[in-house]
Amino acid sequence: MASQSPSESPSQSTSGSASESPSVSTSEHASQSVFQRILDPANRADPYRLYHELREVPVRREADGTYVVSTYREIVELLHDPRVSSDRRNLARPYGADALADAMPALAFIGLDPPEHDRLRRLAMRHFGPPHTPYRVESLLPEMSAMVTGLVDGLAGRHRADIVDDVAYPLPVTVICRLLGVPREDEPRFHAWADAIVETLGPGEEDRAERERARLETTLHLRDYLQELVAAHRRDPGDDLLSGLATYEGPDGAMAPADVVATAGLLLIAGHETTVNLIANGMLTLLRHPELLKRLRGEPDLVVRFVEELLRYEPPVQFLPQRVALADIELAGTTITAGSPVVLALASGSRDPAHIPDPDVFDPDRPYTEHLGFGGGVHYCFGAPLARLEAQLALRELAGRLRAPRLVADPPPYRPSATLRGPRHLLVDYDGVDPASP
Amino acid sequence: MSGEGPVRVLIDLTRCQGYGQCAFLAPDVFTMHGDEAVLYDPDPDDAQRERVLRAAAACPVQALHVDRMAMRHRTASGPATRDGAAFRRDGRIVIVGASLAGARAAAVLRREGFTGSLTVIGDEPHPPYDRPPLSKRVLSGGVPAEHTLLPRLREEIGAEWLLGTAATGLDLAARRVRLADGREVGFDRVLIATGTRARPWPDPAEAALRGVHVLRTMEDAAGLREALAAGPRRVLVIGGGFTGSEVASVCRDLDLPVTLVERGPSPLSGALGGVLGEVAAGLQRAHGVDLRCGVTVTSLEGDADGRLRRAHLSDGGTVDAEVAVVALGAVRNVEWLRGSGLAAGVWGVACDAGCRAVDANGLVTDDVFVAGDIARFPHPVFQYQFMSLEHWGNAVDQAEIAAHNMVSDQTRRWPHLSLPVFWSTQFGVNIKSVGVPTFADEIVVTQGSVAERRFVAVYGHRGRITAAVTFDQGMWLEFYRRLIERAAPFPPDFPHVDRREDPRPVPAGAPERIVAAAGATVVVTGHDPSERRASLAPGR
Ligand SMILES: Cc1cc2nc3c(=O)[nH]c(=O)nc-3n(C[C@H](O)[C@H](O)[C@H](O)COP(=O)(O)OP(=O)(O)OC[C@H]3O[C@@H](n4cnc5c(N)ncnc54)[C@H](O)[C@@H]3O)c2cc1C
Ligand code: HEM
Ligand code: SF4
Repeated sequence: MASQSPSESPSQSTSGSASESPSVSTSEHASQSVFQRILDPANRADPYRLYHELREVPVRREADGTYVVSTYREIVELLHDPRVSSDRRNLARPYGADALADAMPALAFIGLDPPEHDRLRRLAMRHFGPPHTPYRVESLLPEMSAMVTGLVDGLAGRHRADIVDDVAYPLPVTVICRLLGVPREDEPRFHAWADAIVETLGPGEEDRAERERARLETTLHLRDYLQELVAAHRRDPGDDLLSGLATYEGPDGAMAPADVVATAGLLLIAGHETTVNLIANGMLTLLRHPELLKRLRGEPDLVVRFVEELLRYEPPVQFLPQRVALADIELAGTTITAGSPVVLALASGSRDPAHIPDPDVFDPDRPYTEHLGFGGGVHYCFGAPLARLEAQLALRELAGRLRAPRLVADPPPYRPSATLRGPRHLLVDYDGVDPASP
Repeated sequence: MSGEGPVRVLIDLTRCQGYGQCAFLAPDVFTMHGDEAVLYDPDPDDAQRERVLRAAAACPVQALHVDRMAMRHRTASGPATRDGAAFRRDGRIVIVGASLAGARAAAVLRREGFTGSLTVIGDEPHPPYDRPPLSKRVLSGGVPAEHTLLPRLREEIGAEWLLGTAATGLDLAARRVRLADGREVGFDRVLIATGTRARPWPDPAEAALRGVHVLRTMEDAAGLREALAAGPRRVLVIGGGFTGSEVASVCRDLDLPVTLVERGPSPLSGALGGVLGEVAAGLQRAHGVDLRCGVTVTSLEGDADGRLRRAHLSDGGTVDAEVAVVALGAVRNVEWLRGSGLAAGVWGVACDAGCRAVDANGLVTDDVFVAGDIARFPHPVFQYQFMSLEHWGNAVDQAEIAAHNMVSDQTRRWPHLSLPVFWSTQFGVNIKSVGVPTFADEIVVTQGSVAERRFVAVYGHRGRITAAVTFDQGMWLEFYRRLIERAAPFPPDFPHVDRREDPRPVPAGAPERIVAAAGATVVVTGHDPSERRASLAPGR
């Protein structure tokens, strides 16, 4: 049932609304490395053909001293290599990149190494999943399912929707709010902050200072709010993650108040735009593969493998930009020198023909879908089970209930970030909305 | 996707890195024990099917198999010679031993395109089942012993399964396997996969006391489970290897008082050396095991009803216990090969790196293959020393190599070169190992903390890395595997994350174990090379 996606053919650069793409001129191809071209918003709609070129040299040194790693095996090796750090304080000299990392609250565990990383992650995991809280995610299922149904109900009575703004965007923030224990009346504020932070992500220097200022401001608001919230949960703990983080003390000690705030911020940010993009990319992929859309209506369990293939084929996180080599590392004939920044091109690795046959074909029926969509090693996505369920529920509901959905623009306009890649809008026309199945 | 009969689950725990995604998505089937060890029900309720499929799809290393144990490595072997093609089409293959290695080999043979007749002979009455859960979730009562059947193998392979029938002889000249019931089965090629059995308590009368158990089979596990569930006042574990230590761990999980008696200086020291043995000892004591090292059990004493009540120790002490578990290692099932002319003895059956059996003269045979716990093979990485590995991953790897080679022409055969890997789950800790920890003179803890019992220990032999063992740090194991394969220098000299212990190596305290198994004698006769023969001295 596999077929070639239109995105595989070289596509025109249709940068979304000009206002948000700090467009870098594409006329200087000659002087641009293939990695720079990948970062160029003009290539956002289809970076995959550039990854082919990128993989010709599995470990590439950029002019600024960054090493870009693009083949599956080499990426997996570095994800499990103790000589590779996630802590940017280990860089030989400061480094600015189009950055997921930039957006992360300072010193939350995504940017720390073992043992501190492991300790904080364990303390957070204690209130989120196995072995101590194995049923937390499962227990959120009914609520998540109701949220999804409600969002799709909201598409009735019209014939055009923006899947990003109307469905994909609201879902993850609401889920995180429930998980953390954010009072419902505060949810709108949370949504606003999450949006603001995402909007300030992106490459390019043009309005960098302005964006940084805006992000700092939002981050401070968020921090103040979280501090108060944590204090409230400490006084009056509930059965939520934040209360757990704020009050628990065990063999690993307790989480310091600043760490609780940083962790809560990390969960919000790391789980927001990523999930938005997964849902939007999923709808886009379905609309580009009508036979799969049809199959999914009759075979709802297919969504499980569909989402897995999606994480391989259109992953929301295209690179991990914040690794640092602690030692000279020999890899695929290149020596990554100690202190250098290392970029792991996850999206390229998941489409490495040496790893998986016919990598540019979208095929949910593969016997094995081992992909890098959630990273790997000790930083493997903390929220992966939640993200999977959210995407599965949303895509199943959209495929099952939208009557004759069709894309308004292909490719859709993209957000500028090359790291967290996804459509800014995904307009879809349809004939109606079927009632929810009981 | 639903209602397709019972769900069967198998995790390839050699691949599993403890990401816990399965435990999130199907919490009634998979549970995390500590940070990293995953325990599961191999035969869950049908209602769990949807969740199990979700879990399998989500496993980041795709180690979770549902309903069938698919294979992912290189497939088929290209065009064969005319003879090779004819053999593939209608040759006769017999596999003796219907457990992990035998079943796996049968599946690979079919996948490699072997369409001839395939007969699998096993003396146990059950279809192939998985042993590792027997000393873990089965003993703790988490799953019944009969839930451990391997994923749907029998139906799909299309083989004749002669179960409940022991092979009693191998006639290489006539190419026949003799069975206990008098039948004979002819073959063109044969695979020997008869594994091992538990070494019994040496005194038969004492071994027969009620309450004295061994642990190897489904029946053993069911019997021991019943004994533990009855709430004995104390359990005595004789032997502190992996099985004994896992049994002691389950006893503590069940809150049963347990005494473990180990002849060596510490538990696991035979496999991991003295340094980690001490760590294991600390782990056991912290969990309330009454650990007695440097001591042996000299006799078991029963009451008038033939029920165990006391054990006498070499230090003059006694232990009152109602249940004793004899965990003194394994005995290789080679008796049926007596007189076959193969190099079969207490060490197992010798073979080359391509799993072809070696005869008593040390000559490699062409049509006899060996795989699993019974095989004794030379490993190039470890100075071509012959080794026997009683590890799950080795049985699977070797079965795949043997099966491939059985249906491949000489030039397309594969050597079994994968490094030994194993895991054990005890006291909430996942212990994993790569390489050969006993092939070492020094050890250093590179990552993590011994006090926390989360660390990576690296073993070295004459300046190169030969093994690594992790306690709840399994995600790093692959990195060290590559260092071993590259013969990287020991001690490791690079900066890396999580360095907390003293970087100076200490003696590993490895027992001298990679020497030939004691107790076997080979006699060489004749002078002229054409007359020289090796033969086995009659055993015991
Ligand atoms: C309790 C327990 C826990 C374990 N835990 C772990 C673990 O955590 N990690 C790990 O890596 N490994 C573990 N192992 C080891 C692993 O199970 C073995 O390596 C594996 O079972 C080897 O498979 P095999 O097919 O080679 O041999 P076996 O499983 O021993 O199978 C041999 C089969 O041949 C049959 N047979 C013997 N003689 C004859 C004959 N003459 N005719 C016909 N059939 C015959 C036997 O009855 C048996 O069914 C454990 C083993 C046990 C017993
Ligand atoms: C489709 C959605 C998602 C994708 C594609 C995704 C992807 C990733 C990736 C690739 C990493 C690895 C980062 C690294 O190695 O540096 C990561 C880490 C992380 N993710 Fe996700 N994520 C998603 C959803 C979520 C959600 C919903 C949450 C929160 C509930 C979350 C929380 C985290 C956290 C906390 C980390 C840091 C883990 C660590 O450093 O140990 N993610 N994610
Ligand atoms: S690696 Fe796979 S099988 Fe192992 S715990 Fe994780 S999800 Fe489960």
